[in-house]
Amino acid sequence: MHFIEARDIVKRYSNHVALKGVSISVPKQSIFGLLGPNGAGKTSLIRIINQITAPDEGYILIDGKPLIAEHSQRIGYLPEERGLYKKMKVGEQALYLAQLKGVDKNTAQIRLKKWFEKFEIESWWNRKVEELSKGMQQKIQFIVTIIHNPEILIFDEPFSGFDPINVNIIKEEILRLRDEGATILFSTHNMASVEELCDNIALINSSEKILDGRVDEIKRQYRSHTFELKLQDLKSPARSFIPANFNLLTESTNNFGETILRIQSKEAEDANKLIQTLLPHAGIVAFSEILPTMNEIFIEKVQASQNLSAKS
Amino acid sequence: MNKTWLILQREYLTRVKKTSFIVMTFLGPLLMAALMIVPIVLASLEDVGKKTIAVIDETQWFTGKFESGDNMEFIHVFEDLETEKLKVLNNEYDGLLYIPLPQLNVPANAEFFSRKQASLTVRAYVRNVMKTEVENRKLMASGIDPNLIKEAKTTINIVTIKLEKDGSESKSFTEVQLGLGIFSAFLIYFFIFLFGSQVMRGVIEEKTSRIIEVIVSSVKPFQLMMGKITGIALVGLTQFLLWVVLTLGIYGAFILFFGPEVNPQQMSSMSGMLNQGTIEQPELTNQSVAQIFEVIQSIDFGVIIFSFIVYFLGGYLLYAALFAAIGSAVDNEADTQQFMLPVSLPLIFGIVIANFIVNNPDGSLAFWLSIFPLTSPVIMMVRIPFGVPYWELGLSMTLLAAGFIFTTWLAAKIYRTGILMYGKKVNYKEIWKWLSY
Repeated sequence: MHFIEARDIVKRYSNHVALKGVSISVPKQSIFGLLGPNGAGKTSLIRIINQITAPDEGYILIDGKPLIAEHSQRIGYLPEERGLYKKMKVGEQALYLAQLKGVDKNTAQIRLKKWFEKFEIESWWNRKVEELSKGMQQKIQFIVTIIHNPEILIFDEPFSGFDPINVNIIKEEILRLRDEGATILFSTHNMASVEELCDNIALINSSEKILDGRVDEIKRQYRSHTFELKLQDLKSPARSFIPANFNLLTESTNNFGETILRIQSKEAEDANKLIQTLLPHAGIVAFSEILPTMNEIFIEKVQASQNLSAKS
Repeated sequence: MNKTWLILQREYLTRVKKTSFIVMTFLGPLLMAALMIVPIVLASLEDVGKKTIAVIDETQWFTGKFESGDNMEFIHVFEDLETEKLKVLNNEYDGLLYIPLPQLNVPANAEFFSRKQASLTVRAYVRNVMKTEVENRKLMASGIDPNLIKEAKTTINIVTIKLEKDGSESKSFTEVQLGLGIFSAFLIYFFIFLFGSQVMRGVIEEKTSRIIEVIVSSVKPFQLMMGKITGIALVGLTQFLLWVVLTLGIYGAFILFFGPEVNPQQMSSMSGMLNQGTIEQPELTNQSVAQIFEVIQSIDFGVIIFSFIVYFLGGYLLYAALFAAIGSAVDNEADTQQFMLPVSLPLIFGIVIANFIVNNPDGSLAFWLSIFPLTSPVIMMVRIPFGVPYWELGLSMTLLAAGFIFTTWLAAKIYRTGILMYGKKVNYKEIWKWLSY
């Protein structure tokens, strides 16, 4: 069952079309990555799900029901452009934002206290936001995003602007929130975090979705059947015994005198065949398939679609 | 609705807790009370103790003409000018009046020596006495009895009485209505700008601090805008009411403590002093003061205060929505200029034209401007003390309400697009496009 469904979303602005019929489906209790270069339309889509803007065509379903104003209380949103009232005190502000999300004052106070203890920032309660460093402000911002225990969390570029320590805290929290039942959608440029966190992704380029699916399936789909082998006691040059339908890509030697080979299968052939051929010629220390990183898939797909649009 | 209430609360509380608000709240009444109290204090301080003034009268015309009173004592002295001047320096007299022999046959000049600047009262009195005496002598020389002239002199005092439809009559005193009208018009103008620009700055603050996106993911932009506008309207009302209460409080306390010393006589002598010309006719001044009080009592303050609140709120709501739209379209305050001028032009025009309106408060220009919502808050306040038919008030207020609903609708369209636009120089063409979304 998909928890968030966006169907054929079209969004036009005065000078350009931000989304040309984009559809995504986010399964319940999973982490969904929305990828794409700058200006692809990620933020437009996120704003539509948050009801900050309305789509010109298409619709959004939450848990099978059309999106309505009341849903905003079940969504926690951390925008890319972050900010708080600078002159307001931290505690007062957190309470205010929590109440805007429909949490009553007492509950908000109790929950905030817990979070402030967890992040060890109780002493900030009565300080003005402008007195805090940027990293500190972002912690506050993260807390107010999740203070109403939302079922859906939407983060726009959650890692930009955070220092590595805070990035780790946020990552842990994202995983924990999913395990506790939240459905999470985030947009990012950070491909490493995608592989680490995401169950599903959609890749948007020039207002169109060009790829989506489960991360492991996509990686498998884009496998190039390239294997990396670590060999020792090579009896004859590698080139001489590699089977005809395999290509030797690179050959090198590491500090232990071991030979590292990268071999690509021309016809997506079984790795067993390769190993069988190798066995008489060398000792196999390690064998692994090289799957493309999300970064490589991202660049390949974006460039391919750009070439396509350049031709047409 | 609940969320609009939350926003309203925040907007209100953060503003009334500000130091600048508290300072303004107490400073305003102090200044206003000072404006009312200082003249009274000055009037009671004026001419403390008797002033002795020596007179060298070389013409011999004015012997016995300067009458000594409570405040001044005149002594005729006969030594030469330089000796008497020294006596002034030695504190023997407070002043020395020197009337030299005239070059022609009539004395028309006098010199007054004193250590301090001669007081206005003394100068006015001396001038008055000399003038009367010289005039009398001239008349006698022409064979006319000065008493005849005195008897012929008449003071015409016109009491203007306004006839009401129901047959009742009320005395009017144009100056009072004029002052009241202009004053309340200025107050409305000032309040609309003061609190309207607070709305604008509030919107810019939310935009530049980037909190706007968090807020509009929880509430509709319209709710945010209305919460902010109404919250600040309440700040304005609070400030206004505190000013009224505190001003009256300070003034009342002053009268309570110094009351016995202050009486209308002093007030009138004060107003006479300020207006040098009227000192010659103290009776008239007293009469005017009495008349002013009578007129003030006849003015319907209920209607004025009620209309003030209606026009302040209506005018403020109408302009605040536009100011909010301006705030949403720009990234910082410096960029607001190009939009501020056209929006505030009707208001500025209203205050400029107000001076002409008071001369003809029932003219057709006055009528139309007090009906048109963009100018009515200012112009109608000018007209109300002169009396405005209820149907005109009703029409004007209805149109004002319609006007602010329209500007709010218009502003909301600009606002919801503008608040999410960062780093873009916006011009009128762009805003026109936002309107058609």
